Amino acid sequence: MAANAQALPAPRARRSAAPGLAIGLSTLYLSVIVLLPLAALASRAHGWDAITSAQATSALRLTLLVSLTVALINAVAGTAIAWTLVRDRFLGQGFVNALVDLPFALPTIVAGLTLLTLYRDVAFTRWAILLALLFVTLPFVVRTVQPVLLELDTEMEDAAASLGASRLATFRRVILPNIFPAILSGVALAFARAVGEFGSVVLISGNLPFKTEVASVYVFGRIESGDTGGAAAASVVILAISCGVLLTIGGVRRWATRHDR
Amino acid sequence: MIGRYVLRFAALGYIAALLATPVGYVFGKTFGHGFWPAWHGVATPDAVHALKLTLIIAAIAVPANTIFGVLAALAIVRHRFPGAGIFNAVVDLPLALSPVVVGLALLLLYGRGGWLGGHHVLFALPGMVLATMLVCLPFVVREVVPVLREIGTEQEQAAATLGASALQTFVRVTWPAIRWATAFGVVLGTARALGEFGAVSVVSGRLAEQTETLTLYVQDRYQAFDETGAYASAVVLALIAVTTLLLMTALKPKEETR
Amino acid sequence: MRRISLALLLALVFPALAAGAAQDTKLTLVAYSTPREAYGQLIPSFQKTAAGKDLSFSQSYGASGEQSRAVVSGLDADVVAFSLAPDISALVQKKLVAQSWNKDKWHGMVTRSVVVFVVRDGNPKKLKAWSDLLKPGVQIVTPNPFTSGGARWNVMAAYGGALRAGKTPKQAETYLTQMWKHVVAQPASAREGLQTFLAGRGDVFLAYENEALFAQKKGQPVQFVIPKATILIENPIAVTSTSKHKPQAQAFLNFLRTKPAQRIFAENGYRPLVKGVTQGLNFPNRPQLFTIKYVGGWAKVEQKFFDPRTGIMAKIQAASGG
Repeated sequence: MAANAQALPAPRARRSAAPGLAIGLSTLYLSVIVLLPLAALASRAHGWDAITSAQATSALRLTLLVSLTVALINAVAGTAIAWTLVRDRFLGQGFVNALVDLPFALPTIVAGLTLLTLYRDVAFTRWAILLALLFVTLPFVVRTVQPVLLELDTEMEDAAASLGASRLATFRRVILPNIFPAILSGVALAFARAVGEFGSVVLISGNLPFKTEVASVYVFGRIESGDTGGAAAASVVILAISCGVLLTIGGVRRWATRHDR
Repeated sequence: MIGRYVLRFAALGYIAALLATPVGYVFGKTFGHGFWPAWHGVATPDAVHALKLTLIIAAIAVPANTIFGVLAALAIVRHRFPGAGIFNAVVDLPLALSPVVVGLALLLLYGRGGWLGGHHVLFALPGMVLATMLVCLPFVVREVVPVLREIGTEQEQAAATLGASALQTFVRVTWPAIRWATAFGVVLGTARALGEFGAVSVVSGRLAEQTETLTLYVQDRYQAFDETGAYASAVVLALIAVTTLLLMTALKPKEETR
Repeated sequence: MRRISLALLLALVFPALAAGAAQDTKLTLVAYSTPREAYGQLIPSFQKTAAGKDLSFSQSYGASGEQSRAVVSGLDADVVAFSLAPDISALVQKKLVAQSWNKDKWHGMVTRSVVVFVVRDGNPKKLKAWSDLLKPGVQIVTPNPFTSGGARWNVMAAYGGALRAGKTPKQAETYLTQMWKHVVAQPASAREGLQTFLAGRGDVFLAYENEALFAQKKGQPVQFVIPKATILIENPIAVTSTSKHKPQAQAFLNFLRTKPAQRIFAENGYRPLVKGVTQGLNFPNRPQLFTIKYVGGWAKVEQKFFDPRTGIMAKIQAASGG
């Protein structure tokens, strides 16, 4: 390759504008759309008692707890559903496949209204929050695992089976390592979504401080009370924590795929 | 053998309880009184305007994000530049942002007294487009990056040595490889844009027939105890999103599906 | 590429079209969510009068506090109509509304209502007075007073009700603390609160009479009782100081206080400002009705009860869990 490059320097020279353009334009776009608003947010953050108050830490703890639970449930359920959609054959499979994307397509407010009426017995409890979050995060793990399962060569599994491995062992030793990074990606997405979710939770949770108030509703309450500085401060903290968790999951993922490089 | 059935029924049971029931409920509420009441629920001038506005916002935000998505994916995967890691992380940031936070950030930036305040960005189309662009930003990038990584640079380098310009290489070599990933990112981004509620509700100003999107209209109808209208509008949104998805699946070339 | 250009073109043309279509003078009304239907009838009525003939309206409805904040953040408005006076005071502070807004004969108000108890069919727990809310096992639903400004009417109604029952201010504060222990849900807004209650939560929902009447009008199974001691809710309206059409906006405000307009409000569940428009409608008098002045006036109340850090309600919220 290097020999080619040295033999024909002209094409390289012609290409040099394109990378700069791609990097420059996309960085500009990213800065204006994402970084600038977040910078404005951080600059107006003040009033740290909005974050350290008992109500704030309670909301944060509840949010993290429920979001992690939801992410873990999705890891299991999402993988199972992806498996059923890829490896199984039954009537209506295509319909179920399309159904999985519906939480993406339904506005969160509709999800909230519907869940409120359907599950009114658990409404205004922590279980209600769990339910709402499970609904909106359902597609994430399914959709990250599905393509990987599709690509997976069944030869290795057949080989393992022919060597006498049980289905469980085959799953654990052959399949799981291959889909684990995808599961982690989906888990990260589900977690991030769960932490920030507002529309579906605000209606069904009852918003009781210390009992069923999640972080996004707490920030909303701060805004409504005119404490924009405190709301901004709380937002920064929540963002930092969820970014921290995401980076950790990403790190684990890179570690898990280190042998693929 | 039994394991397969157990898994199937467990997975389907989970979907039925969590997903099919609410969705069925929405459709039941929409068409509970028949088709025509549902139709009248969404055929109001306010609803039609809201739908138009939602589509216009999506028609601006999604293409912009698509161009950005492809450029950014190329930048991240093909062109090693200092800060690529941070760039990649920032691209994923909107996934971790609560809509409440998005709305607040935009309010602080473009509102009266903000750094870019006083330019009629908020409470008008530009503000809503910006909010939608923010929340939909990651989708195309995330779909295209793995594909770009997977296909490698061999073909592109071959094209370069044969004298192709960057543009020709992109159009003839890169694009055909990433177009389905891009399309899928577009579909996801569109669904997200159509359903966006939280951030847009903060920056819209809710001016009827001007800045009320269909999701805001759903909320308004629900609060006016017009359940049929609310759910019918929700169904319209869902149908558009699902149709885009089905189109994509149908058009996908056969060798890419099993 | 073409798709994008078309989209951009639409984006540029769309607002221009909207602006160009307004040959008449356009007034922007930014209001809280409840009177949407009322204004839907009032505006055409106004446009039939000489003063309103060449005026068109742009309307925005949302939660009162949010609308107030939107105007502060730059939402252009000619007329602002909110649920409670502090949402207008916030604009006065930012010089968006003149300080003299409430110095007319109506004190800046346009409609009235009262705080009521929405109860289950037949009122099985016999909730009639504020003291009844403390009965064991009674579950209360009320919007969160920190996310819904209107919910502050509820709190002050409870406080004033305790005062009317002979308690001292300190004892009334204790009453609030005890009452709050019975609160099982604090929805973000009044309308959400009603829907929460109708979804089966709680024994009583603290609401405004006009909300309850509106729900009944829409066929919702709502029953309510009005306690003997309750607060007179007064909803303010004002012309903004940034309005470019102040005379026309003021003409609209004047219209809203005329008998025909007040009749429309009354038909939508509001208690009118003027007499003689309530034939056929039922707005029972309450013997121990009081106003916000009785409990100290909004300026004092906002600070004493609803300051997010030092307010009595903030302390009660903080103590209720933890």
